[in-house]
Amino acid sequence: MNLDTLLLGVADGVSYASLLFLMSLGLTLIFGVLGVLNIAHGSLYAFGGYTAASITSFVMRHDLASTPMLFAVLLLAAVIVGVVMGLVLEVGLLRYFQNKDPVLQLLVTFAAFVIFEDLQKLIWGTSPYSAGELVTRLGTIEVFNVTYTTYQVLVIPCIALISYLGLNFFLKKTSLGKQTVAITHHREVATALGINAKKIATLVFVLGAVFGALGGALAVPVSSLSPGIGAEMIVVSFTVVATAGLGQVTGALITSLMIGLARSMAVYVAPEFEVAMPYIIMLGVLLLRPNGLFTVAQARRI
Amino acid sequence: MRFGIFSMALALGLMAIGLFFPWMKTIGILGLCYGLASLGVALPARAGQVSFGHAMFACVSAYAVAFIAKAFPHWDGVVLIALGVSVSTLFAALLGLFMVRYRGIFFGMLNLAVSMVIVALLGKLYALTGGSDGIRVDRPTFFGLVTERSEFETILLGFMLLVSLGCGWFYQRFIHSASGEALSGLKTNETRLEYLGLSAHRVLWVGYVISGFFLSLAGAVFALAQGLVTPDMGSWTRSGEFVFIMILGGINHALGAFVGAGIFELVKLAASAYMAGVWQLLLGVTLLVVIVVAPEGIIGALEKRKSKKQGDPA
Repeated sequence: MNLDTLLLGVADGVSYASLLFLMSLGLTLIFGVLGVLNIAHGSLYAFGGYTAASITSFVMRHDLASTPMLFAVLLLAAVIVGVVMGLVLEVGLLRYFQNKDPVLQLLVTFAAFVIFEDLQKLIWGTSPYSAGELVTRLGTIEVFNVTYTTYQVLVIPCIALISYLGLNFFLKKTSLGKQTVAITHHREVATALGINAKKIATLVFVLGAVFGALGGALAVPVSSLSPGIGAEMIVVSFTVVATAGLGQVTGALITSLMIGLARSMAVYVAPEFEVAMPYIIMLGVLLLRPNGLFTVAQARRI
Repeated sequence: MRFGIFSMALALGLMAIGLFFPWMKTIGILGLCYGLASLGVALPARAGQVSFGHAMFACVSAYAVAFIAKAFPHWDGVVLIALGVSVSTLFAALLGLFMVRYRGIFFGMLNLAVSMVIVALLGKLYALTGGSDGIRVDRPTFFGLVTERSEFETILLGFMLLVSLGCGWFYQRFIHSASGEALSGLKTNETRLEYLGLSAHRVLWVGYVISGFFLSLAGAVFALAQGLVTPDMGSWTRSGEFVFIMILGGINHALGAFVGAGIFELVKLAASAYMAGVWQLLLGVTLLVVIVVAPEGIIGALEKRKSKKQGDPA
């Protein structure tokens, strides 16, 4: 492996890691507040992607496709999908299972995921979708004599970074964010202090859903979507979240990078192991630290 | 007790159906494999641990059968099953040492992760495994008998019925034994279990290995019945189907898994005939309905009605 392929691998890895991070961010946020591992998060990624592809082709057909417009379409798709599906899932479904056995809650999101999987096939069929126009428009960029597409090497990582900083600002500096953190620490005490846990749960779920859908929407210009993508992404992003420690936002960022880079390197070194790479990393980490890399010691609740 | 007699009647009925309607034989065998596999998934579930990757044991066992059958074409089907099950159960015993340290979501998703690694490797190592096309398993002799396809299926159906009854009986014995009760205790309160002097890890490990054994058995028979093994056998959708059947039937009695599998096969048959595109949707909705209406499954609901009728407070 020479230096050029190494750099290419790094660029690929970072762009993949950014998408993965957006997914994991939503997943870990929802887990922190609701205590539910939302398997249906994979559907959000898929729906976000498909919706973005559909709106893009609509915009192209009506000759409205200026570059900012194409970009706005991606964000718009993520917000629409995140808000609609987030509300359907949280208000329509998960709320009724709040105090049930966590295993049952997991199965409820699993059922929702399976249902969405078929809905997705009914709406968009089984042929692959993609929308590469934006990548061509934004052109290429040259770093150390290697040419990359600007979209992959600049746009995706920047959006991921902005999401990370924005979320941190929200959680640490705003009142609503601080209330959210209080709920993750102890829901009952937070409620007793006058925090409207129900409202915050809905808000956070929708926010997490938007992040998930954003990951899918951003992926559309550089990859093609086909059935099964939701399942693949939910499992890999769970791997990230579990390796980092459930509920760890910064941890998810670092772990996403780790797994993204490992995966893209594996493409050049040992292609058979590309798909297995995230799981191998997770198994290794959990063998040594059963609660994840970045989990801090927690007081035991009895 | 009543469920036990009912199970035997059901087994005889199924054998009769197989003899009178030969096209039902394959469905019967595969359905029993699904039931046995779900019975395996039910054991960790009794400890409150739902696995989304258990299909890997069926997959490993099926591939072991296929590899051995390819290397030694003249070995008997029973030997193949025994060897496949041994390999895969050993694998479950080793993996169990790692898995029993995790609970809840981690347990479920770690099993899923390992199964994904296995499926990915089986699909990618083309030269060795034939990739996603899988490996063909030629029909072996069975108990030394050289048979036609139809006879082979009849024998396999009978064999599988006996195996299912045996495993069901063993499941009932196990869950009411000290180890089995300790396994349920793990769900209720793990700390108390440890205070009783029992190792929670060890208790769950025993359950995990038996569960792996059931799945391996199902996978080995599945491989012979289908004559083909593919990486699909270990996919997360397969594991999800096992979990679905388990929830549908209920885990309070071994019969639950098989009744669940029967209903599952019928719904699948109906869906493939009338609503091919929305099969998974139907599955998801049914799962939601069962969780809301009968969280203990069909068997649990039946038991509840029975105890209500007798005015029994339990």
